[in-house]
Amino acid sequence: MAEKVLMKGNEAIAEAAIRAGCRHYFGYPITPQTEVAAYMAKRMPKIGGTFLQAESEISAINMVYGVAGTGKRVMTSSSSPGVSLKQEGISYIAGADLPALIVNVQRGGPGLGGIQPSQSDYFQATKGGGHGDYHLIVLTPDSVQEMADLTALAFDLADKYRMPAMLLADGTMGQMMEPVELPPESGCTVEKPWAVTGTNMARKHNIINSLYLDPEELEKTNFERFERYRYIEEHEARCERYMMDDAEYCVVAFGIAARVSKNAVSALRKQGIKVGLIRPITIWPFPKQAIAEAAEQVRAFVSVELSMGQMIEDIRLAEQCRRPVTLCNRAGGMIPTPEQIMEAVKRLEGGNA
Amino acid sequence: MTANILLAGFGGQGILFAGKFLAYKGLLEDKHISWLPSYGPEMRGGTANCSVIISDDPIGSPIVSSPDILVAMNLPSLDKYEKAVVPGGKIFVDSTLVGRAVARTDVESYCIPATQLAVDMGIPTLANMIMVGQLIRRTRAVSFEGLEAALRKVVSAKHADLLEVNLSAIRAGYDLA
Repeated sequence: MAEKVLMKGNEAIAEAAIRAGCRHYFGYPITPQTEVAAYMAKRMPKIGGTFLQAESEISAINMVYGVAGTGKRVMTSSSSPGVSLKQEGISYIAGADLPALIVNVQRGGPGLGGIQPSQSDYFQATKGGGHGDYHLIVLTPDSVQEMADLTALAFDLADKYRMPAMLLADGTMGQMMEPVELPPESGCTVEKPWAVTGTNMARKHNIINSLYLDPEELEKTNFERFERYRYIEEHEARCERYMMDDAEYCVVAFGIAARVSKNAVSALRKQGIKVGLIRPITIWPFPKQAIAEAAEQVRAFVSVELSMGQMIEDIRLAEQCRRPVTLCNRAGGMIPTPEQIMEAVKRLEGGNA
Repeated sequence: MTANILLAGFGGQGILFAGKFLAYKGLLEDKHISWLPSYGPEMRGGTANCSVIISDDPIGSPIVSSPDILVAMNLPSLDKYEKAVVPGGKIFVDSTLVGRAVARTDVESYCIPATQLAVDMGIPTLANMIMVGQLIRRTRAVSFEGLEAALRKVVSAKHADLLEVNLSAIRAGYDLA
């Protein structure tokens, strides 16, 4: 087993990206993700890579667009207000069918908001934050280990499906330190015949573009893209099931909310209450199947979120109104306590008894 | 065993550093650990705190809201977190800077004049590690053996000269009866 090192979540993202073959990073500092940029600034020049602090987030995402067109692994990172600024560029990257990684270490909003952890960019991440019909593959780490592992996976999935992927973390995940076993060196394993790398006058030139003035042609690109999305929804949804085998109640939570929920589930189990947790690891594609199966088994769901209730809509769509779904939440940078989650589950029990 | 530790004080007192040392010490003892700092403006002068969990089992939430062990290095920290400590928990207070005793009677409290002792020893910035030494003695959250290996993980190579003074601060805290 490789040695475990103690790292901040933000640093684990940066190191994992480098190990996954990313040599191009463009960003602009913002709390609580600045350590990603700081780490890249230190390491990239030593390994022949590019670290560039752009003049703005908009500029950074368009640099990402440029490198993505060459087929090289490329990323940017920011936190909520900065990711809002990147949305135009993300839509262009999706429209041009290019792989890239966007990291959002979320903080409280809306507006400039605060700097404490939040999950209130769920809608923006999963429903297409920019204009047009598109999705990102969205991965939600709940430990420093997953900050590293899911970064590597995000690059692989982005390459495989020719689309941007997002790592959606939050301030606690970015700032906390845990032991991490860093993933091995890897790189792109798929051919990229579409990349603009110079023709050497030996082939027809490639064009990277998201502009289609002929509506029939534009419709065709949308239909093709959504065929791909359908396949991804069937094959790439990921989640962790925790104590679900005999569960009568199901907590659904991701990221830091899932960590706190695990404490609540363990404590409730000690009190004899049969509760389990489904932790989405991808929120697009959402693990609909796991939720639908749980709806056959449990009496009710609780969605635990650091937002005013965004994922709860996907849970309701997946369980198709068969069971009550309630919300247990904090917002604006606050985090629910295990006790708050325990009370939310106990209220369900009262209501169903 | 699980130790839920909350360290709190002013920015600049080495709260995060002390927490990082304990986390690395736990890691080197093959424990599960997590370290979560407060971040943002408070790092530059306001109150700073840091949650450290050292456990034999996988760790759920990294947030310590009900500490077993509280280290309070200033009065606002004691005022804020004293109530949160679990019954039977342990509170460590830097009595040079905190002008009152621990009010709770259902916890064990240890008042150490850490800042004064650090000044007397000629290492005025290391009151944090004196508190850590006392914490190790009273809680055994981590072992007193192999301190140097853990210190090497948190003291950067270019400040290697600080290893020895950190060690003596921990030992001084440990030796306080």
